[in-house]
Amino acid sequence: MLDNAFLIPLLPLVGFLVLVAVGRRAGEPAAGWIGASAVGASFLCTLVAFFELLGREHEARSVGDHLFTWIQVGGFRVDAGLLLDPLSITMALFVTGVGFLIHLYSIGYMHGDERFSKFFVYLNLFVFSMLMLILGDSLLLTFLGWEGVGACSYLLISFWFERESAASAGKKAFVVNRIGDFGFMIAMFLCFATFGTLQYAGIIEGAEGAPQTTLTAIALLLFVGACGKSAQLPLFVWLPDAMEGPTPVSALIHAATMVTAGVYLMARVAPVLALTPDVATTIAIVGALTAFFAATVACAQNDIKRVLAYSTISQLGYMFLAIGSGAYVAAIFHMVTHAFFKALLFLGAGSVIHGLHDEQDMKRMGALRKWMPVTSATFIIGWLAIAGVPPFAGFWSKDDILLNAYEKSPILWAVGLLTALLTAYYMARQVFLVFWGAERWRDAPAAANAELTEPEPIAVDHGAGSADTAVVGHAAHAGPDAHGGHGREPHESPWLMAGPLVVLAALSVVGGLINLPFGSWARLEHWLEPVFGESLHHVEATSGTKLTLAAVAVLAALAGIGFAYATFMKAHRLDAYEPAILKRAWGIDALYAAVIVTPGRALSSFAAYVVDAKIIDGVVNGLGTVVRGSGGVLRKVQTGYVRNYALGVAFGATLLLGWVMVRSGGV
Amino acid sequence: MTVGGEWYLTLAAALFTIGAVGVLVRRNVLVMFMCVELMLNAVNLTFVTFARMLDDIGGQSLVFFVLVVAAAEVVVGLGIIVAIFRRRAGATADDLHLLKG
Repeated sequence: MLDNAFLIPLLPLVGFLVLVAVGRRAGEPAAGWIGASAVGASFLCTLVAFFELLGREHEARSVGDHLFTWIQVGGFRVDAGLLLDPLSITMALFVTGVGFLIHLYSIGYMHGDERFSKFFVYLNLFVFSMLMLILGDSLLLTFLGWEGVGACSYLLISFWFERESAASAGKKAFVVNRIGDFGFMIAMFLCFATFGTLQYAGIIEGAEGAPQTTLTAIALLLFVGACGKSAQLPLFVWLPDAMEGPTPVSALIHAATMVTAGVYLMARVAPVLALTPDVATTIAIVGALTAFFAATVACAQNDIKRVLAYSTISQLGYMFLAIGSGAYVAAIFHMVTHAFFKALLFLGAGSVIHGLHDEQDMKRMGALRKWMPVTSATFIIGWLAIAGVPPFAGFWSKDDILLNAYEKSPILWAVGLLTALLTAYYMARQVFLVFWGAERWRDAPAAANAELTEPEPIAVDHGAGSADTAVVGHAAHAGPDAHGGHGREPHESPWLMAGPLVVLAALSVVGGLINLPFGSWARLEHWLEPVFGESLHHVEATSGTKLTLAAVAVLAALAGIGFAYATFMKAHRLDAYEPAILKRAWGIDALYAAVIVTPGRALSSFAAYVVDAKIIDGVVNGLGTVVRGSGGVLRKVQTGYVRNYALGVAFGATLLLGWVMVRSGGV
Repeated sequence: MTVGGEWYLTLAAALFTIGAVGVLVRRNVLVMFMCVELMLNAVNLTFVTFARMLDDIGGQSLVFFVLVVAAAEVVVGLGIIVAIFRRRAGATADDLHLLKG
């Protein structure tokens, strides 16, 4: 399989092509099964490749698979090749694995949608692009996948494009990501100018001898790209709006896989980062700030998916904190566990939304635990995992990150700890609001709630945010009637949706096993060691410190949960601790609107109505006026009388004759 | 008395002038056309004269070119004139100022 690794990305591509050709005819649910089986087969291939790699010597676990020469112009040559090493295989495993589960879930979730088959077309194209991103052995091939997932993200966010807010959210994601891609591209140019190659191996080899400033610039620019894709400060604004897409998309693209591409890229160029400690520190600080910032905002959101969106940003911040601290293994570890529990939470949220007939406002939920036993049980597992309660997966990975952050700087650790507390709080708030308390959905018919959800100012020019979602969503999405005429009571989702929840819940429980911090139990660390080599930061803390830090982290998590319990379960204070500024995400969207969008618009209208209409059109029209005016004067010469022309000819001939005579000296 | 080349040249100049003035002052298209022919033949005469004076065959051979071109021109020109006379009776050149700017 290692020699046929091209099958891994090829299968989803084939699935995509087949669905493009016959998807509409195959209809529902066959199109969904085609898409799911393509990804499932790809997962199996990855699994085989993983075991083959595992069977090799520790040092020989890196296989380059040259496919073909893609571009050759002068000294510039790009080979399309795949790189299979522990890092890329780990990523590919959970991308295809989680992707497969989400495909299955989508067959249930997208039931009755008029563009059912198109959804799987996009989803398969996404998985293909993501795998190219991961498995590509050069920056350019990664960039190809990078742009591919960006395009799919755009298409899927605005999947229900009849909705103004969804269309705008898609555009916003696209535009904000362009900023990051710009950094990525300049970094590639710099890499080619410096190293003469875009292959990771060449870059890492050449990094030792390269000038420090160039390296710093490259690392920083790549980080700008990562910031865009992974929704870090200050480019995070697109991710909350991306929740306009169907929920499986939010789970797959905007939680588990695509948004972690930035972290993956940073891990891929880890040796470069190791040589530029300033950039590493910057990454750690940005990551910690993002984690804290997004966690505060998540505390005040009412939309069930928006809470999770900010939570995703926050968790990605953790991963960058780990990257910046040199703890690449911890970052990848958290990436994997996060993929499990965040995909679970999103799919659970989707199940809740589905069960409540497209209700997204948590203030209109409650007591669902009795109505949706599978969803609530799995959701609670996801909650405990993300909150960092041992022994669930999230505890181990978060603890690993916090430990490394502590060695980098106690301040970063403190910020991370505070974030962990907030994480536990907002997730507990969500769980208590949705699954416990009063049955608030009874007195809130979904159709009349357009004004209740406080919408954030999404994008720039439409005030109506997620509030419309619930209402319009009915039209675009399968209405409740499509499920067989049951009443307004919540209902548990079909097994096609609940099944993936159960699998992901199991993974969220045991996910920590891949990297327990006890000597030989640190399997992931051992597995990824050859990839990072010397650039990996090794923890030197004593086991006493480790235990103390872990205990403090658990205490913080329990404190957060306890605080939420006291507020929402004991005191039943629904609107507690939701300052308006947090609802509006510290006003960052408004700030961007004021500082960038408004001047940008002024500039555009200046360009359109002054530069274009007056100056450019003025020049063109002016030229026309001059030609027309001179023509008007000169047309008088054209009298139409032959004698006038003959006279002209005679006069001219005489003149010429005279000139010739004068020249020849004849006169 | 021998007739020198100057005589021929003077005659040619006179014919050319008559032709040129004719084209400029007459209104009848047919007459104007004949005047043009007059000018052409005046030029032919100078060619022949110079060929003889300078003892060079070039001038004489050029006359044939002029004759051929003139013949072709007559065909086209007379064709146009006939077409004009078919449309309107006895038109002068000044009546035909349709191409006025």
